[in-house]
Amino acid sequence: MRSNIDVTETLDVTGQNCPMPVIKTKGAVDGLSPGDVLEVVATDSGSMSDIEGWAESTDGVELVEQVEGDGTYTHYVRKTE
Amino acid sequence: MSTETPSQPDTPSADELRTRIDDLEAELANLRSEVEDGPKKMVIIATKGTLDMAYPPLILASTAAAFDYDVTVFHTFWGLEILHEEHASNLKLSSVGNPNMPMPNVLAALPGMDEMTTRMMRKRIADNDVASIEELVQLSLDSGVELQACQMTIDLLGYDEEDFFDGVTVGVGAATAFQEMAEADIQLLV
Repeated sequence: MRSNIDVTETLDVTGQNCPMPVIKTKGAVDGLSPGDVLEVVATDSGSMSDIEGWAESTDGVELVEQVEGDGTYTHYVRKTE
Repeated sequence: MSTETPSQPDTPSADELRTRIDDLEAELANLRSEVEDGPKKMVIIATKGTLDMAYPPLILASTAAAFDYDVTVFHTFWGLEILHEEHASNLKLSSVGNPNMPMPNVLAALPGMDEMTTRMMRKRIADNDVASIEELVQLSLDSGVELQACQMTIDLLGYDEEDFFDGVTVGVGAATAFQEMAEADIQLLV
């Protein structure tokens, strides 16, 4: 699934629950440059809805894809500006 | 008193009106960008110091900061416990008067019951990968959340500025909180 996404950096938030995935994603995205893609690997099932909602409401980020499988939830977030 | 009617000003020309409209439009655009560009703001008033009630303000505050909100949490009364460096890691649940506890009040009131239910809750928190209160306080401060400790209740409860986590704002009162609430997009009392 991830073959066509050029990942710049990976953030591991496995074993962390709400609100950590969103907050750490935000922190990691702040350190990226426009065009970069952050891969976020989580085990919190709520992160699917939370990261989607966060990306929708936040300027300068775009949710590229979310992949669910094997107890993990992987998110791809692009920094756009 | 003079009974003369004041002289009428000259009727403005079309050009003057057009200039005036241009000025007003520019002013409106400025105001609009000021309103739209400023960060949104959330204020939470945290009044409770039990383990269960310490979570919602901190989780919402740190999350709102991730949404680029300008966040202030004003801690008053038992809410101060959340900011107290020693007490924050030792917040307790109350078994009495809590209908969600799996025991009747007559048993819940027995000595040691609060400790027992608190231990159970802490275990569940750890088992479910939920962050500790101290972690959330630090995370909030690191995310730029302003954690304020109400000066009146600091004095009332006999606390000292040094008792609180580094980065906590002291010396603020109800007027400060009210002013911030009046400017905020979201205001919550927890």
